[in-house]
Amino acid sequence: MVSDGAWGTFLQKKGLTPGECPEQWNISRPKDILDIAQSYIEAGADMIETNSFGGNYFKLKGYGLEGQVFGINKAAAEISRKAAGTDHFVLGSVGPTGKLLMMEEVTVDELYECFKSQSQALEAGGVDAIVIETMTDLEEARIAVKAAKENTACDVICTMTFDKIMSGEYRTMMGISPKEMTETLLEAGATIVGANCGNGIADMIGIVKEIRQVNVNIPILIHANAGMPHYCDGETTFPETPADMASRVKEIIDAGANIIGGCCGTTPDHICEVHRIVKSM
Amino acid sequence: MNELLTKLSECIEFGKINLASPYPPNMKGQDGADEITRKALEEGVNPQDILTLGLMPGMERIGVKFRENKVFVPQVLMSAKAMSTAMLHLKPHFLSGAAKQKGTFIIGTVLGDLHDIGKNLVGMMVEGNGYKVIDLGTDVSSEKFIAAVIDNPDSVVGLSALLTTTMVNMEKITRDIKEAVPGTLVTIGGAPVNNDFCSKIGADHYSADPQGVVEYLNVKFV
Repeated sequence: MVSDGAWGTFLQKKGLTPGECPEQWNISRPKDILDIAQSYIEAGADMIETNSFGGNYFKLKGYGLEGQVFGINKAAAEISRKAAGTDHFVLGSVGPTGKLLMMEEVTVDELYECFKSQSQALEAGGVDAIVIETMTDLEEARIAVKAAKENTACDVICTMTFDKIMSGEYRTMMGISPKEMTETLLEAGATIVGANCGNGIADMIGIVKEIRQVNVNIPILIHANAGMPHYCDGETTFPETPADMASRVKEIIDAGANIIGGCCGTTPDHICEVHRIVKSM
Repeated sequence: MNELLTKLSECIEFGKINLASPYPPNMKGQDGADEITRKALEEGVNPQDILTLGLMPGMERIGVKFRENKVFVPQVLMSAKAMSTAMLHLKPHFLSGAAKQKGTFIIGTVLGDLHDIGKNLVGMMVEGNGYKVIDLGTDVSSEKFIAAVIDNPDSVVGLSALLTTTMVNMEKITRDIKEAVPGTLVTIGGAPVNNDFCSKIGADHYSADPQGVVEYLNVKFV
């Protein structure tokens, strides 16, 4: 199946300014958000996400919006649901809090409550699944999965962000391998695992292989960046074209991936190309 | 060399904060950076030596291991925590002039970006390597950076950004700082940033890891 592409970089193109809270647009500029959601449906995505990546208590607090966790996330879900209709899936996006458990910046209970309230609001707005993404700390990911699983009726997806390290292995910033992620998150109740962001789609192939070795049945979701950003004349661009991304699709499916979409820098054109390849297989 | 200082450098390298800390498991029940620094001061060890021969070698070893992907963020954070615990004992000696830091480093996450894990890591590594660190926090404007540079002549500025959407703000901030206080050196870092970006925006230095910032400063502050 095919998932959607980037939201953050898309919002920027629509005029999101630095310092502005992207999730507030669900309330202040719902038409623009609906437009992004619809463009991915039109591109051929089977499922789309919600504009709620930073919609948790701690991130919203940075903008003084911590009182609006429910309203912002519910609105995000409703907009994507409107675009998706009844024949496409909506995945409620949940990102990390940016707070470190090991530095005692936050407690386990606070994290659980934070992910619980966001997941419940996304469910109230009509999502089919919760997708916890861009995680690097396994304990935070585990708490998020548990909170979503125990407090909603949604399927729970979790993807972490891996880099290729010097030895050629894959690790998150906190040192977690795809293998450790898969074992821990399955036990916590995740129904789909995978990877998102990162350095482009080529590295994703090795990550998928490692997850597949641990478990032959679990569905794997990949949201790949369009490579690492380049900077030119005040603008960031991403090097991987829709054709570049599409050229890797067969390989990544052969490695064991079940759902493919994009992260930073990908556009409806990328998703359209991925869709074309997936349908032809 | 004083045996306490060797032990202290190991506490920093392996992130042993104090006697009560259960981490790392193989150092359980031993004195940590807290107790050893206090003991060293009581025994009359020169505060400058505690910094230079105790804290700095430990920070350097963890910094190099981090660069080589032999340890990850959690281990570095524990080292940094051990280091800042020891620093609390040394602060009065810096203030009195009995011990000197090598220079001043001003660091902040740029306007629009609220991420601070990487910025904090770099700040702690630089401090542990003997510099005074002024941390301006996250979402920092040109004006705040400039005010800090004016208050701290001859300091070097570090800019951090995590997002592909906020890295663009580094260009304006770098330009503003250099216009307001010509000659100020700016080093940048963060996941989406690289050398090419650094030269395009007119910054002086890019580092992929905290140890790179330390090495840059060590060259600039000789």
